[in-house]
Amino acid sequence: MTIKIAQLSCGTEYSSVQYEIDKAARSVGAKVVYPDVSFEDINEAVKRFGFNPRSPQLKLMIARAIKLADKKYDADAVFITSCFRCAEAALVRNELRRFIQENTNLPVVTYSFTERLKAAQLLTRMEALVTIVTKKDLLARERQTGLTAGLDSGSSTTKAVIMQNNKIIGKDWTSTGDVVKSAQQVLENAMKEAGVEFKQIEALGTTGYGRFNLGKFYNAKLVQEELTVNSKGAVWLADRQRGEATILDIGGMDNKAITVRNGVPDNFTMGGICAGASGRFLEMTAKRLKIEIEELGKLADKGDWRNAKMNSYCSVFGIQDLVTGLGEGKSFEDVAAAACHSVAEQVYEQQLQEIDVRHPIIQVGGTSLISGLVKAVGEVLGERPIVPPNSQYIGAVGGALLSSGLL
Amino acid sequence: MKVFIDPPNSMILYDLVERFGHEPLSAMAAIQNKIDNIEVDMPPMNVTLDDVIRGLKYAGVEVPSGIRGRLAMWGPLIEQADAAVIMIDAPFSFGCVGCERSNEMVKYLIKRRGIPTVTVYYPKNEEEAETVVGQVKEFLEGLK
Repeated sequence: MTIKIAQLSCGTEYSSVQYEIDKAARSVGAKVVYPDVSFEDINEAVKRFGFNPRSPQLKLMIARAIKLADKKYDADAVFITSCFRCAEAALVRNELRRFIQENTNLPVVTYSFTERLKAAQLLTRMEALVTIVTKKDLLARERQTGLTAGLDSGSSTTKAVIMQNNKIIGKDWTSTGDVVKSAQQVLENAMKEAGVEFKQIEALGTTGYGRFNLGKFYNAKLVQEELTVNSKGAVWLADRQRGEATILDIGGMDNKAITVRNGVPDNFTMGGICAGASGRFLEMTAKRLKIEIEELGKLADKGDWRNAKMNSYCSVFGIQDLVTGLGEGKSFEDVAAAACHSVAEQVYEQQLQEIDVRHPIIQVGGTSLISGLVKAVGEVLGERPIVPPNSQYIGAVGGALLSSGLL
Repeated sequence: MKVFIDPPNSMILYDLVERFGHEPLSAMAAIQNKIDNIEVDMPPMNVTLDDVIRGLKYAGVEVPSGIRGRLAMWGPLIEQADAAVIMIDAPFSFGCVGCERSNEMVKYLIKRRGIPTVTVYYPKNEEEAETVVGQVKEFLEGLK
């Protein structure tokens, strides 16, 4: 079955990115399609939608979206994309996303591109769209059965989890170096803790940046992108399988914000404009303060970010603010709190307004162990997020849980 | 009733709405609050970073800050409006001398609210001006 992804776009042809979009879709078994519209449809659609952009191609995007909303064109998912830095397109893109979600059940992802399109990130988004369409039954799985393992090869850390009869019986993590060696190490330790041998494991699921490599190495039953796997792991860990939630995963290299309904993701945003909104920035902060990253959260809890304001979207200039603050004699506690607040604020500004945040908010990933960051996210959003136990293992738990559905 | 006017700083529309017994929601009122509260008597240069961040509710971070700053002021007015009067095709010197993208977004937000709205064309002569006033009067009198 070929999944049809309806592309609503402006600028892709002349930005040298259309080929990459087609390639990413093809590689996950999907085909990019364009809803047919007649010339007469366009003005009528723009009038109905209520936003009258100057750009004719944005008008065309609107007309195509209306075709989908009216169910006059058959598609399985929607990909909305336009040039980064175009104000009019950014406004239309966001409102079209909202419109599609209000009027259809189609999964939708938005993306703003530059000529240097990040193919790996685009692939993850396309893959997630296809997974949501094709594996709905698997994603609805609420309990892990049998003896299974999950491996999450992230940009900063590699995690392994062994699960049996809906319980975690072994786990381990390490910094990611060589993808396979790191995975072997954590899997071995997790198996040791669980008291099982590799031959006993009935299914293994891989996720994260190294998923394909590890999937091949271990002959994994499930090789799946982290957006859907992580959201599954998060709702299982937080015991929020039913109802709505927003999952926030501030990662080492990119951030994910995913909304779920009954454990199935229906909207997500991934990425971030710069490292200033990531766990990497907090690592840099800890290094400058000459403390371990594990200590940063507690230090930040004692400080007040208002005393050492940071005003930068960039990790380099963010650190410059921090150095200036320290030079002025600000306390380590205030500087640590300011760094956490800066990351939380940027995640809010850059990502969370792209989705309609639903409650409760479940904060997961390695950075959720930094209490100062969780506090800062709570302050920015006006609601303290839930941090479930083992929150750094979401990907591995999701892998173990979903792969058990393939037994 | 509370009536949003677009352009939001139009003195003519403000006067018409008030004259026909309604409360105009205008940029002037929003700016007055800022003058009173942060005591920078230089509108709209008293828009703060916090305002621009609040504007994220209406437009994403990729949208220029000037649009977000405008929407932070006008968006809450649109949210509380019971009706709207929109004047289009006006010369650039009429109303807000500003960003067309913001103007497009304002019209869209009004449309999304689904409130009663009248759209009139900027009059080019006295006869057209009388027609516009008549249209606005009829609309405002019809509001319950």
